Amino acid sequence: MSTLNSKNFLKSNAIWLVFIIEVIIFAIASGGTFIGPNNIINIARQVSYYGIASIGMTFVILIAGIDLSIGSIITIVNVVCAYLMVNMGVNMWIAVIISLALATLIGVLNGGMVASIGIPALIATFASQTIFEGVAYLISGGRPISGYDSNFGIFGRWALGPVPICAIIMVACFAIGSFILNKSFFGRYFYAIGGNEEAAELSGIRVNRIKYLIYALSGLFAGLAGIVLLSRSGSAQSTVGKGLEFDVITCVVLGGVSVNGGVGSMSGVVAGVLIIGSLTNGMILMDVSEYTQMVVKGVVLAVAVGIDCLSKKRQAT
Amino acid sequence: MSEDYVLELEHIRKEYPGVVALKDVTLQLRRGEVLGLIGENGAGKSTLIKCCSGAVIPTSGKIRVNGKEFDRMTPQLAAENGIAIIYQEFNNVGELSAAENLFLGRPIRKGIVIDRKAMEEEAAKAFAQLQIKINPKELVKNLSVGYQQMIEIAKAIQQNAQVLIMDEPSAPLTTNEVENMFKVVELLRKKGVSIIYISHRLEEIFRLSDRIEVIRDGEYVDTLITPKATVDQLIKMMVGREMTQKYPPRKDCIDHSKVVLELKNVFGNGDRDISFQIHAGEVLGLGGLVGAGRTEIAEVIFGSKPMESGTILLNGKQIHPKSPREAIDLGIALVPEDRKRHGALLTNSIKNNINMPIYERISKLSVIDAGTEKSTAEKYRKEIQIKCPTINQLVKNLSGGNQQKVILGKWLAANSQLIIFDEPTRGIDVGAKYEIYKLINDLVEAGRSVLMISSEMEELIGMSDRIVVLAEREITGELQKEEFNADTIMAYASAIKDKKEAS
Repeated sequence: MSTLNSKNFLKSNAIWLVFIIEVIIFAIASGGTFIGPNNIINIARQVSYYGIASIGMTFVILIAGIDLSIGSIITIVNVVCAYLMVNMGVNMWIAVIISLALATLIGVLNGGMVASIGIPALIATFASQTIFEGVAYLISGGRPISGYDSNFGIFGRWALGPVPICAIIMVACFAIGSFILNKSFFGRYFYAIGGNEEAAELSGIRVNRIKYLIYALSGLFAGLAGIVLLSRSGSAQSTVGKGLEFDVITCVVLGGVSVNGGVGSMSGVVAGVLIIGSLTNGMILMDVSEYTQMVVKGVVLAVAVGIDCLSKKRQAT
Repeated sequence: MSEDYVLELEHIRKEYPGVVALKDVTLQLRRGEVLGLIGENGAGKSTLIKCCSGAVIPTSGKIRVNGKEFDRMTPQLAAENGIAIIYQEFNNVGELSAAENLFLGRPIRKGIVIDRKAMEEEAAKAFAQLQIKINPKELVKNLSVGYQQMIEIAKAIQQNAQVLIMDEPSAPLTTNEVENMFKVVELLRKKGVSIIYISHRLEEIFRLSDRIEVIRDGEYVDTLITPKATVDQLIKMMVGREMTQKYPPRKDCIDHSKVVLELKNVFGNGDRDISFQIHAGEVLGLGGLVGAGRTEIAEVIFGSKPMESGTILLNGKQIHPKSPREAIDLGIALVPEDRKRHGALLTNSIKNNINMPIYERISKLSVIDAGTEKSTAEKYRKEIQIKCPTINQLVKNLSGGNQQKVILGKWLAANSQLIIFDEPTRGIDVGAKYEIYKLINDLVEAGRSVLMISSEMEELIGMSDRIVVLAEREITGELQKEEFNADTIMAYASAIKDKKEAS
């Protein structure tokens, strides 16, 4: 019995072991720079935006869906929020609220395509990815927008003592995500739908409504990630979010959320985010080229999904 | 001595988490004989033959093929040792020809090119050997089910199968096709092929087999020489008890003054003009052949399929549930036929399953009251005796009977007044069946109402207070308890056809 427990413990915490090994390797390879306080704060800032976006993505993948549009949502939030502040002189907080509402609305649109029309999530969110990337371009005309309120730095640049505020926002978001998954009935519904949609519906869950909610939340969290990124970068570019959905999906899947739905936890995703974040940072520190980074991240994604699928196969016999 | 036997299974045991599928089964197959294997649903026949094919790995026991001993089979080992299984579902590829299917996975080649002509010639020879007339060039999707099965058999023989295991081979076939299949079986026996023939139809077993092995509840019962066996004897061995004890007694609890559910001229989901009433404390049986429209009417009542016209009254009030959620809130529940697909959330815990319909009721501002959640699950675990180590166990690790109880627990938690059971005991072993029947009794004795769809005639007669029979999507008859009779029900179940022929 005790061997079984320790085996389970190892299995459910293997992801953290991977993280620790990764940190040790980079710490040695970088001669200590990697674990220096400056770099740790740096990593915290770097992971914050896709950490925030990964929460919505976790919900989506839990119900066996996918959201490819979040990169474009991040872009459009950057462009719209900056445009409102710079070109129209809108108050910073109002601009943020409007941008988040827009992000949520795009999520609702995704939900509509998936739940009400029945377009496969991959295609529906791919369509909106293309659409809103285009819209962002049309608004900005392809030119970067900069020169907004310096107080906007609160979301991505400022710090409380040594702790960056964006990291605090991320931690708060993870807490909310964890609360939704574990303490609210919505979490139970997510797992149920991911496990078996038909049986969930027949158990009294209004599956379509939950799908709307989940894609809306994915949009909202992506929007918040966009605000943090805009604050950090100081200028809105219409290419800023391109490909970010890839990093976010990798974090979530690496964190043990099954692409087949129904299995996963928030703490696993936190580990996934930290692994990808420190991997990216470590590789930059080691002066690894951007293309090599792409190769490494692609391999990580394939291995993470592969492990999930293999364990499922083994369970079948 | 073991040389007499082609295949021997010794003390095979198979455990799954929470359930023992096979306790101790022994089987010996002689060269060139047909061995009938019989047992009730859930007796363990399928698990046993899957041990022979390598699809299931036995927990303990020995498998001996031609004297060679194995702890377990793999699909490759089974093929190498000449064991082939004809399942109810075939492994043919419809878009390929009969010949190509025969050589699927090991085509005859000329260099790197597939030699179609040689394959067709070989196939023609193989078919002629079995005296079956199939054009080797014909696409398999254009062949009847009977011929598709023949191709499976021919494939097995082509691969030098010495042991052929046939799982309910007559189930998908027409009467003529069954006759042809019998001829092939006879032919194979003469050629020295040993056959394990599994069937529910005892007359087939009597006609074909040399010996009959009976298993019950995962245990070996006995093996009889066919000419010396009788039908009554076999039934008794399969069931293991007198028929009269099969259904637990129920108090007279029907309140005729209280109509709980009434359907008036309901059309929808393919069904036409359905009208019936269910009283408080009553079990209304819904009989008919598969496809008669019974599940369909249940789906309409439960709101998962739309009603086109007509009226549904619940406790005298008109209702029109448009989703399962609405039906559940009105006090209607459905225990579906396909438990694993529609009933239980297999990857969720028992606790979550039981609370699933009531989460919104036990939450404040979306936050679940964890105490109530746990106590509700514990309450129904005790009340309906769900056998499990903890309520946090995943439902997929439970036996069929316990899964069914979890589903029932969910509806009790939701405080359902009308519970629709669609084939309540399908795939559930005998002991658990009895428990389900007792639970149904408890429900009606507590004043709830039950609508029970069943294709098992005995169950329908044994459990119902009244039976409504459907045929071709319409009601064709209603029987009171004193009129219950299998022949009458069957007559109603095929009534419309007769009417059509008469007119």
